Amino acid sequence: MSRGMHDLLRRLRHSRDAGLALLTALLLLALAARFSAFRDVASLAGLFDDTAILILLALGQMLVIVTRGIDLSVAANVALSGMAVALLNHAHPALPAPLLVLLATLLGLLLGLCNGLLVWRLGMPPIVVTLGTMAIFRGAVYLLSGGAWVTSDKMTPAFQSLMRHTALGLTLLSWLALLAVAMLALWLHYARTGRRLYMAGGNPSAAAYLGIEAGRMQCLAFTVSGALAGLCGYLWVTRYAVAYTDVAQGFELQVIAACVIGGVSVAGGVGTVAGVLLGCLFLGLIRNALPLAGISPFWQMAVSGAVITVAVVLNARRGAQRRRHILEADAA
Amino acid sequence: MNANAWGQRLRRLLRWESLLLLVLVAVTAGNALLSPYFLDATTLSDASFNFTEKALIALPMALLIIAREIDVSVAAIVALASVAMGFGAAAGWPTPLLALTGVATGGLAGAVNGLLVTTLRVPSIVATIGTMSLFRGIAYGILGDRVLKDYPAGFGVFGQGYAFALVSNELLLFVLAALAVGVLLHATTAGRRIYAIGANPTAALMSGVAVDRYRRWLFIATGLASGCASVLLTSRLASTRPTIAQGWELEVISMVILGGVSVAGGVGTILGVVLAAAILGFVTFGLGLQNIPGIVLSIFVGALLIVVVALPIVGARWRARRAQRPTSAGA
Amino acid sequence: MTAPLLQLRGVAKSFGGVRALESATLELQAGAATALIGENGAGKSTLVKILTGVYRPDAGHIDIDGRAATIRSPQDAERLGISVIHQESVVFDELTVAENIYAASPPRRGGRIDWPRLRRDAAELLGRLESDIDPRAPLGDLSVAGKHLVQIARALAIRARIVVMDEPTAALSHREADELLAIVRRLKQEGRAILYISHRFEEIMDIADHYMVLRDGATVGAGQVRDTSLDALIQLMAGRPVAQIFPKLECAIGAEVLRVEGLSAVPEFREISFSVRRGEILGVYGLVGAGRSEVMQTLFGLQRPDTGTITLDGRALAPASPRAAIAAGIACVPEDRQRQGAILGRSIRDNIALPSLARLARGGFTRTARERGAAERWIGQLQIRCRDAEQSVQELSGGNQQKVVLARWLETRPRVLIVDEPTKGIDVGAKAAVHRTLGELAAQGLAIIMVSSELPEILGMSDRILVMRRGRTRALIERIHASAEQVLRAATDA
Repeated sequence: MSRGMHDLLRRLRHSRDAGLALLTALLLLALAARFSAFRDVASLAGLFDDTAILILLALGQMLVIVTRGIDLSVAANVALSGMAVALLNHAHPALPAPLLVLLATLLGLLLGLCNGLLVWRLGMPPIVVTLGTMAIFRGAVYLLSGGAWVTSDKMTPAFQSLMRHTALGLTLLSWLALLAVAMLALWLHYARTGRRLYMAGGNPSAAAYLGIEAGRMQCLAFTVSGALAGLCGYLWVTRYAVAYTDVAQGFELQVIAACVIGGVSVAGGVGTVAGVLLGCLFLGLIRNALPLAGISPFWQMAVSGAVITVAVVLNARRGAQRRRHILEADAA
Repeated sequence: MNANAWGQRLRRLLRWESLLLLVLVAVTAGNALLSPYFLDATTLSDASFNFTEKALIALPMALLIIAREIDVSVAAIVALASVAMGFGAAAGWPTPLLALTGVATGGLAGAVNGLLVTTLRVPSIVATIGTMSLFRGIAYGILGDRVLKDYPAGFGVFGQGYAFALVSNELLLFVLAALAVGVLLHATTAGRRIYAIGANPTAALMSGVAVDRYRRWLFIATGLASGCASVLLTSRLASTRPTIAQGWELEVISMVILGGVSVAGGVGTILGVVLAAAILGFVTFGLGLQNIPGIVLSIFVGALLIVVVALPIVGARWRARRAQRPTSAGA
Repeated sequence: MTAPLLQLRGVAKSFGGVRALESATLELQAGAATALIGENGAGKSTLVKILTGVYRPDAGHIDIDGRAATIRSPQDAERLGISVIHQESVVFDELTVAENIYAASPPRRGGRIDWPRLRRDAAELLGRLESDIDPRAPLGDLSVAGKHLVQIARALAIRARIVVMDEPTAALSHREADELLAIVRRLKQEGRAILYISHRFEEIMDIADHYMVLRDGATVGAGQVRDTSLDALIQLMAGRPVAQIFPKLECAIGAEVLRVEGLSAVPEFREISFSVRRGEILGVYGLVGAGRSEVMQTLFGLQRPDTGTITLDGRALAPASPRAAIAAGIACVPEDRQRQGAILGRSIRDNIALPSLARLARGGFTRTARERGAAERWIGQLQIRCRDAEQSVQELSGGNQQKVVLARWLETRPRVLIVDEPTKGIDVGAKAAVHRTLGELAAQGLAIIMVSSELPEILGMSDRILVMRRGRTRALIERIHASAEQVLRAATDA
């Protein structure tokens, strides 16, 4: 037992997630010491609720980045899926909300599949593909809505309030995020396909030796990311009770940032659900602390930008420790 | 060694550019059909404003992408530079100093990017995602929800002035810049080294190319161009808002990729980028004449981007299948 | 005599015009180790890649257990019980040791991966190999020896009956190598067949029961190790008389150009001292892992040494980058042609002109005509087979690509030219042309350092031969006194 503890402590000391967890905990403690809001369980639950959508999207993005891809179209996907179900809800108020949730997820899945097929079948670079689909999806939102907004009064109460029901102090939205975290963590740990994602991203040629097709794994990642984005489309429009063309504009970069802070490497093959969760919480804490600290909302972007920049530098330094030789620096 | 070889080489080089030229002609024809006013010289001159500023940034961005790097923070740099100029204007600075401030701010921001990528070894996509939020955030933070409008009357000369006849200052500046960058890339030793860095950074290093120094300067150049574009844009709008140039980074990158520059590095021409910029500019303007909102244009741009990058891949596969040649595993 | 477990007959493979394997015959017995011996370029790695399903043979038969077998892919090979331990690791650095061992098929229970069992089984396998590697450690943390061990464990995990080991002791210390050999003995006892590829004759004599010698893609000898001797093996390896094919013209050897003293970069090499004179070709021979390339990379500014001095033309030199080295007059034709040498997407002219751009240009503007002139000159002199100077290097054969890289460096008019494996993967005709050129360059006063693993090349071309082993210099042999046996002896532990 003593050897097991010793091993555990040694692994924790070297673990990147442990470092981030410690940092996040310290941040929380520091904030709780300063602001009463962070001592109140109810407002902490509210904070988690606030971060739930970021968590769901970041989980999907993690899969894409682990397989050496990047998905710039997630935010546009959110907007399109959200608008679609909002309009549907407006036109057919009788449709049950859970069905609309399903439809949003399905639409998102199809959009993600488009990305995945272009990357897999045509071998196109993910950045180019998602740059294009980002513009297409966003434009499609406009076409669908004609530029009009779907405001709260045009949506049914049932549609809007589904995720606001609470259980044990947390909203359904928060539970959904926790469920996604748990499911994905289990899948990545226990399923063969989950492990294959890491292999395909970590060393594609070695993975090819084992019969794993890197392109197919990327396609899978994009599809799951799309499905989560579709789900978040519904979640977003109901949380903010409005659907319009610019929903989640620019949010994809926050999502990517959360992943990078959480230790996901753009080189592929590296990243944990725990890390991503922590990255999101870290960003969420900062975002919620700023107004309390009297920092105007206008400075929030700068602060999170600074945090992101520092995080990527630290990440890069960590990777660079293994490289001594001048030649290897260009091998990445 | 003979005319045939030359012709072959020329054909290979210009295949993409010829395609772009065809598209440009098609777009112009389409626009002319849709609107009788399009082919008017004044109209065409007005159309140029839609792309000259972005295209200016696209020039060094093309060099950057050819060298296997990328910079998504350009739009944020435009915003930052604009804020700097706005404050200078409020403090009563003269026009030349304002312009200098804008360009210098851009250069400094570019230097930060260069530092992150070369010294701190952060992959450029990730580094510039960070600085993008940082720069834009600083702009937001400083401005809040204000709008800076105290620009002196003379400041408008950059974005609103005309050099001669219907050629605006912006257009002239862009043409000169395109010529300069084109010469740099295609006729100087520096340009040749940039291609080498993009094609094989290791071999380039081993051939004595100062890879990191080039990278740093490319980021600074992109920053300077963004600063310049900011001068033009701010001058044209005569105001500074924190949302200025929102979304431009993706338009600029789309311009470059559409222009035939490969994300994998080592490939691309300035002619292609200029043609792509013209195409996008004309499409934007043409749709604007038809009162179609810009967001619909972005669907077209996105689809064009995907189709244009997919075509060579699909074409190569189709040709390979027709030839039925078995691929060797290579020694 | 029991039936062989694996049998190869008449296996042949060509790439483009180059015959990598002409007619290879191999037999592997269960419970025995067979040494595969041959010079670089003899066809060993091609043979291994055919066995492991990376390449398909053009001709020949492969039988396993007396039945014909077709190996179409690495998975096929693994299913047939063939496993390989590479020089370059084919493993996942970010995953744990245990997961790497069972990467192909982890133990499952109820549809889920059974992690406790995976860790237990991995620990058990590692225990069988008497290793104390922690199965939970990430693979990237291990040394080369550790990674080899994990690959062996992987072979055990898939119950491989045939284990191919490609230069397994190359980067290992003496003690680690001994441990590895102990494991090989145990694998033999368990009834597996081992194909052991190595240059190290001491190990071969120690561990192998049979041998097969490849030369120029064909099997030139096979038999039982106890029936042969080191000399006989070396004879088979070296083969044809040397003097006829790679003549180096006698020329006046001039003053010293480069002197290296006490150069060290622990642990890659230590206390390296040598000199090179005008008109001289200094051959540097050594087996894989001897540290030769690392020394050259230090001379070329890619690596900083810990101690030692480099003097060029009497001036002290400490190149901090290839750029500095080139400016000082050192040129280096790298070993890895594809990754470090040729820029595949660019033209011949481009490739050749690159380091010399400043000189060929005027005021920063490139002068294409001058570049083309230079390129065409080299195309003629080195007999580069191509359409014209504008052709993309990608379309050339390996030998011609190498010539382009060589031309690039010759164009910089260096004082010292380092060539690392100049004729690797090049056919005989092209080899002769490269050697003739090197000889001519030496006659013109160039000082050349030639790193090579091919004995005939070293013996034929060098005025003096520097032999390295495990990071140190072992011998400096004058041409008159040099023989294949002598060089090999110095390079191995024999």
